[in-house]
Amino acid sequence: MSLLAKAHAEVQGPGTVTMTYRQAITAAMQDEMSMDETVVLMGEDVGFPGGVFKTSEGLIEQFGQSRVIDTPICENAFLGVALGMAATGLRPVVEIMFSDFLATGADAMINEIPKFRFMSGGQFTVPLTVRSIGGAAGFGSQHSATAESWYISVDGLKVVTHSSPAAAYRNLRAAIRSDDPILCIEHRGLYSQSGPVFRAPGVELTIGGATVLRRGSDATLVGTMLMVQRGLEAAEQLAQTSGIDVEVIDLQWITPMDIPTVRDSVLRTGRLVVAEEEPHGGGWGALLISKLTQNGVAFAHPPIAVSQLPAPIAFSPPLEALQIPSTQRIVDAITLAAKKGK
Amino acid sequence: MPSQLRRHSSKKMVQNSSSGQTTDQRVGWLRRMVEIRAFEQKVQELFLQGVIPGTTHLCQGQEAVSVGVVSAMRPGDYATVTYRGHGQALALGVPIRSAFAELMGRSTGLCRGLGGSMHFADRERGLLGAFAIVGAGLPVALGAAMSAKFQGSGRVAVTFFGDGATNIGTFHESLNMAAVWKAPIVFVCENNLYGEYSPIGLTTPVNDLASRAGSYGMQSEIVDGMDVAAVNVAAARAVERARAGHGPTLLEMKTYRFSGHSRSDPAKYRPAGELETWKGRDPIKLLNEWLQHQGATTPRAFAQMEQEVQHAVDEAAATAQSDPYPDLEEVYRNVVAS
Repeated sequence: MSLLAKAHAEVQGPGTVTMTYRQAITAAMQDEMSMDETVVLMGEDVGFPGGVFKTSEGLIEQFGQSRVIDTPICENAFLGVALGMAATGLRPVVEIMFSDFLATGADAMINEIPKFRFMSGGQFTVPLTVRSIGGAAGFGSQHSATAESWYISVDGLKVVTHSSPAAAYRNLRAAIRSDDPILCIEHRGLYSQSGPVFRAPGVELTIGGATVLRRGSDATLVGTMLMVQRGLEAAEQLAQTSGIDVEVIDLQWITPMDIPTVRDSVLRTGRLVVAEEEPHGGGWGALLISKLTQNGVAFAHPPIAVSQLPAPIAFSPPLEALQIPSTQRIVDAITLAAKKGK
Repeated sequence: MPSQLRRHSSKKMVQNSSSGQTTDQRVGWLRRMVEIRAFEQKVQELFLQGVIPGTTHLCQGQEAVSVGVVSAMRPGDYATVTYRGHGQALALGVPIRSAFAELMGRSTGLCRGLGGSMHFADRERGLLGAFAIVGAGLPVALGAAMSAKFQGSGRVAVTFFGDGATNIGTFHESLNMAAVWKAPIVFVCENNLYGEYSPIGLTTPVNDLASRAGSYGMQSEIVDGMDVAAVNVAAARAVERARAGHGPTLLEMKTYRFSGHSRSDPAKYRPAGELETWKGRDPIKLLNEWLQHQGATTPRAFAQMEQEVQHAVDEAAATAQSDPYPDLEEVYRNVVAS
């Protein structure tokens, strides 16, 4: 079991099963679709192919073609279709094959979906879940974005990321159950990882909330998805090699952002490092630091951001590896932060 | 300006047909068109007085499309409209008072003053929304049509859009999906010859936009959009086809806007005489003349109708004007459900 899965194994006992991150996504949709017949899935190749990343395998066989709908390749329009469905009694889940393609659907994602309820003066609710798949894995500049911070400045749209099978299952179900539009970002580098998932009726489905995955006293590391995993690895290394005790937090929700959890941690540890699989400019790391400052965190030691290098992702594998924050870069940043106070 | 831009020409155009329409119905349509005209004139007037802020896109000249199509719909059917959507909203039965209040940004407005002129929505009357992004309403209406199909509710969705929208991606993407899915939807293109300030010939390589349905194997009709009866006949046919599960239709309504694109546009780009020519085919005038010819109304009765409508419009505007503005709380309350 990976460090991440161990860290997420907070719930054990009856109802806990081991599954991959990919299976957890499928299970969340399967469970919500079984419970509520207004839940429908749509997207490119989500039907008989079972999704390009195999996250909807078996769903069309179980729920039929009226509830698992293959769309043409036209993100902006099928996101608009999903909006129309959501406003008229359905609870659509839309898969966007690569997060980068959210840009094609930008009008729907920025002007239509998040503002629909508002512009109508609250007459309509929009129970719409958009799942998009991000993360660099050798596909070059247009298939690598996580896009987790693209919608930070769009009010009316919530954004959540999953760092483990347990989180993926819980967050996706919560999103589908919610009456508001929510963008769920999946990391394809995590799809094959296994971990315990509490798949039972009592599963807690909440909107918002960061998760403290490792307690520590010397520094706080905040990340999402793959960066959480690398943060946990960095924390283990530092504990063994230099005795630096790192607290690791999975931010999970970009919107709404859980400031109290991070604030409490930083007030105890005195140091903050954010690890982002995206450029720092306009991202959640910058927003988090700003919000903490506004919430009375007087950083004695300046926070450090470990971010994607400010360039499009290169195809060449060694270059890509240098562009995305590595465990070593996180170790170095935390070491630097810890030294500063001594 | 090429001469073909000045008038619509098509041999295939659907002409006035009286099948299934009663005289009483037509008198009702006349009244509704007069109401929309009076409403829009009042909006213009209140703008000049500074009572209505922002911008507006008026639909004088295009009333027959709103009234003819909506009268082919049933309660429960869905509609999406555009920023030039006051006419359809009134045709769907939106109360004039809450329409004025919305335009004035008052808390009693249709959308509590949060939407404004370009964003009329009325859930109760099936009006899903008005969209200020060209082409954005088409996929939303298609989504509603797919809900109806999924739920087996027998409802139909109608989406109104302008000629300019036939050049944006969502038009083509929506027609494609609607045809593939045999969705119960009617696409109503109001071809008023101008996309904002540009004559259609400068932006669009075909005169008959209905021809674009051919790319999607979809039924289409070209309709005289100044003839409310012809509009109603074509719309009823398309709505019935959709309701029966036979799939979508693209209707091209040949029409004309008597005002500029928006309130700041004096429409000086029009060739001399074009507006006058089209005013000769004013949909209200055409129907009024026809009804008088049939003996169903008289000049005196028409004048009285106009007067009654004007009185109601003036009163609604005056009442709305004294309504309160919404509190800031209203802003926060309506962003998300929870």
